[in-house]
Amino acid sequence: MVSVSEAAVRDHLTSVLADRDEEIADRWVQLQIEQGAVGSSISETELRGEADALIAALRAGLESDLPVARVVTSHEDLRAAVTDFSLQRARLGTAPTVTSLAVLSLKEALLESVQRRVADTDELLAVALTVNRLLDAAGALSFDIYVTGREEIISRQSRQLMELSTPVVQLWRHVLAVPLIGTLDTTRTQVVMENLLQAIQTHEAQVAIIDITGVAAVDTSVAQHLMQTVNAVRLMGADCVISGIRPAIAQTIAQLGIDLSTILTRTTLADALAAAVRITDAPGVSGDQAAAR
Amino acid sequence: MNAPVPAGVPILRLGNVLVTGLLDELDDKTARAFTDELTERIATEGPAGVLIDISRLEIIDSFVARTLSELTTTARLLGARVVVAGMRPPVAITLVELGLALEGVETALTAERGMQALGWYHGSQPPERGTR
Repeated sequence: MVSVSEAAVRDHLTSVLADRDEEIADRWVQLQIEQGAVGSSISETELRGEADALIAALRAGLESDLPVARVVTSHEDLRAAVTDFSLQRARLGTAPTVTSLAVLSLKEALLESVQRRVADTDELLAVALTVNRLLDAAGALSFDIYVTGREEIISRQSRQLMELSTPVVQLWRHVLAVPLIGTLDTTRTQVVMENLLQAIQTHEAQVAIIDITGVAAVDTSVAQHLMQTVNAVRLMGADCVISGIRPAIAQTIAQLGIDLSTILTRTTLADALAAAVRITDAPGVSGDQAAAR
Repeated sequence: MNAPVPAGVPILRLGNVLVTGLLDELDDKTARAFTDELTERIATEGPAGVLIDISRLEIIDSFVARTLSELTTTARLLGARVVVAGMRPPVAITLVELGLALEGVETALTAERGMQALGWYHGSQPPERGTR
């Protein structure tokens, strides 16, 4: 359809990228700022640095003998440049569409410079098509990498959260406490339960206090998870006290009709500790008599 | 077949408490025989309590769980308290997840604690309260 050879097109593009790199980079930075794509998180100098790196990589990619369709994904430098660009944006918390659009706006900057250099309409069209194919691929790649980068951040954070959120502390002789913070889902309950039961065994604890002051809301599933933990603690031969039930949560529990009557509950951790000390003072087995006290 | 089949699990008498334990690889037949023998002993000897140590059990399935529950009920009918001692954390988690909370079964962290709960103290002096 287009009579201009691919080699000629690539030739045009590489020379434009080589001769006018400054101009293109300036224009691109300007376009990004106009789009409001970057906000205040990146300075103009940093943007310029990114632009220079990406333009140089684009030229290197075009100078290689890879076909245009695969140059973005297969050329190492170019791929690395796009990857860096996207990951940087992902870390700064820029929206993914904005990141892709930033890559695509390089198209505009590049085409303006090409237009000034190439006079022939057919040639210009061919070059424009190539630029489109190249940068569309780059935009798609950047979106992909952005999402992967974000997912990595999210999974790392949830791992950290999991490690942070389940400390088991010894409050008194034979009394352990687990302050729960955040939401209680199945995975968390599992981790809390494992840590708690293990600690009960190592500390020979008689009473475990589960403090839910930091739990945002209690619904039926959270209550279910709490009951499971309490039952597991009882099976181990220790008693369980739940503390930190706020008035709002108490009301919710009552309204939902959740039956916590078999569990010893206290308003504050201090009350729970007092109850726990009373239980440890009176030697007995776990279960109903202890809960009835 | 009136004579009880030897269960392979010793049942010891310490004062007014019967002490026994369950070993791993508890099949249905052994469990049955064990329950029969223990019930017989409770009926004839009239102990105040029964301690069953399960610290060697790495798995408790629904059958064993039911056996323990039934044993507790049976013993209560015969006037003895049953304390199940030494359950391992993974076992407790599994039981809870299976929904087998062993309702009504008394538990203790260790065999020693279980004995204490049944009113059986080591040595002649009673335990110092809450100082250990």
